[in-house]
Amino acid sequence: MIRLEKRAQPSQFWTLATPFLAVILTMIAGGIMFAALGSDPFEAIRVIFWDPLFSEQFSAYSRPQLLVKAGPLILIAIGLSLGFRAGIWNIGAEGQYIIGAICGAGMGLAFYPTESFIIFPLMIMAGALGGWAWAMIPAVLKTRFGTNEILVSLMLVYVAEAWLASVSSGLLKNPDGMGFPGSRNLQQYPAAANTEVIAGTGMHYGVLTALIAVIFAYVLFSRHMLGFQIRLAGEAPRAARFAGVNPKRIVFLCLGLAGALAGMAGMYEVSGPAGQITIDFNSGYGFTAIIVAFLGRLHPVGILFAGLLMALTYIGGELASLMLGIPAAAIQLFQGMLLFFLLATDVFINFRIRLSTGEVA
Amino acid sequence: MDLSSINPVLLIASLMVSATPILLAAIGELVVEKSGVLNLGVEGMMITGAICGFAIGVNTGSPVLGFMFAALCGALLSLAFGILTQYLLSNQVATGLGLTLVGLGLSSLIGKPYEGIKSPTLQKMELPILSDIPIFGPMLFSHDPMVYLSVALIAATWAVLKYTRVGLVLRAVGESHDAAHALGYKVVRIRIMAILFGGACAGMAGAYISLVRVPQWTEGMTAGAGWIALAIVVFASWKPWRVMIGAYLFGGVTVLQLNLQAAGAKVPIEVLSMSPYLITILVLVIISARGNHGAPAALGKIFHASR
Repeated sequence: MIRLEKRAQPSQFWTLATPFLAVILTMIAGGIMFAALGSDPFEAIRVIFWDPLFSEQFSAYSRPQLLVKAGPLILIAIGLSLGFRAGIWNIGAEGQYIIGAICGAGMGLAFYPTESFIIFPLMIMAGALGGWAWAMIPAVLKTRFGTNEILVSLMLVYVAEAWLASVSSGLLKNPDGMGFPGSRNLQQYPAAANTEVIAGTGMHYGVLTALIAVIFAYVLFSRHMLGFQIRLAGEAPRAARFAGVNPKRIVFLCLGLAGALAGMAGMYEVSGPAGQITIDFNSGYGFTAIIVAFLGRLHPVGILFAGLLMALTYIGGELASLMLGIPAAAIQLFQGMLLFFLLATDVFINFRIRLSTGEVA
Repeated sequence: MDLSSINPVLLIASLMVSATPILLAAIGELVVEKSGVLNLGVEGMMITGAICGFAIGVNTGSPVLGFMFAALCGALLSLAFGILTQYLLSNQVATGLGLTLVGLGLSSLIGKPYEGIKSPTLQKMELPILSDIPIFGPMLFSHDPMVYLSVALIAATWAVLKYTRVGLVLRAVGESHDAAHALGYKVVRIRIMAILFGGACAGMAGAYISLVRVPQWTEGMTAGAGWIALAIVVFASWKPWRVMIGAYLFGGVTVLQLNLQAAGAKVPIEVLSMSPYLITILVLVIISARGNHGAPAALGKIFHASR
């Protein structure tokens, strides 16, 4: 009989080991899936995880892409990790990301074609504010009425998507676009373009912000009272209240920061890699960031690596669909499986497996 | 705008059709939550059910087989959730989200070859005598079998929860798993059963969208219906008949906004297509402002029978 026995305290070893175990298990399960799809599993895994970084043919293009894709994922996941640690489930980052992009792009386009150094910082602020405001809706409803933030934040994703469709063919539509939906391309508007900080590396301002956010979150959790309060509110809500932590303040703070970061990510994306607001501008980063946050153990440094890994699966996935004809959806499933295996193996952190022989439980 | 083009009889009839998937998914989730488990993966199970049911429906030409297979697929997917949350004691919120992401990926992977195909759909089943009643006949009694089944399922769930031993045990497990365990009930096994039931319902709900309501396969076609089903369970304060009211209200909003779009209302289309989600939020706010939600006491809590 297999039996779980609760550990006296969480295992340090397994906390670090389960993400690696989960990646290996996902590779095995993914390999089986690729084999079922008619590709050579070993080749598929190599194309996804190895070729984007080290193959001579593709790495010149893929390596910068790694940062481009990881930037928004890390930025959003850092914000989400604050809430997840406090037991606040903001799963509407995708909506906050969209609103941030709309606000940021709107701010930039309002100045078109003026050239000024102030425009880009203003756009960043508009993006952050937009995301913040969108996240404040579930925050206010939760603190004021006790409404479930999971459902509200998620419903708002669909509202944001409808709004995105509306502005891309209405308010923000390119007047010179010959009637096609979609805004002006911000990449062709130097004052508003999110350019690379170091040319050829993919390191645009969003990636830079993501790195700053990682450092900021690290300091917050390891050195600051507030980080401690967030953790306390999540792990022992009653104790937190006795210690004088205001739960409403934590809700506002966690959702607000997560929204602002997601909004900024959206703004950097629309002014950089995406270039313009289109109907299908959003690409699910807000949802993938949930996986990134968990895979990174809700720890800033962990999220940094998890974001890079997840970015790798995106790029590798594109490569695999190009080279081997593996459908793009397979990668989505692959990412989902990663979260599943992670959650499954997490049992080892708090429990140890015991084999008992026929004793009466 | 031409409001006279909206026929009230057709409106109510199509309201029932558009509410049925949410009704099915919500009643399944209600049973799951009554057992103390919060499965946020309804959307994922629905979309998987939608494509599995559609694929079987197209390949065999039998929508009934499609529905059965969709229920099976939904249940299988929910079993993964059950094993993770009940045996490996993972966080239910995170696992539910994971289930949704897996379901969305899985469905678009399976669904690629089925895009743009039309499926066989269920025949209308005119109930004898009842369907001959003027106005109410075509409104309420000439639907496809799944509509009746969903209503029957509500009644059955209500009766089982309220009057039978099984229902009592299920509720006990959901209110206090420790007490139920002490009484000798198999908490984990009961919860797994409830989760499987919820998965099967969600699978059928998805298949209803792809086989009857649309009937076609497009990626991400459930469009948040699973999440709305979750909201409706909260709206209903975990009471079966109120789930039906909630689902029909919601179906009404959806159908009305589609009708208004078609009738060329002066309201912008985006506002109309946002409206179901906005109204769901509004309803959630009203319900939660009233306080005392009647949620099962052990909802979302992890059960581990430690010695």
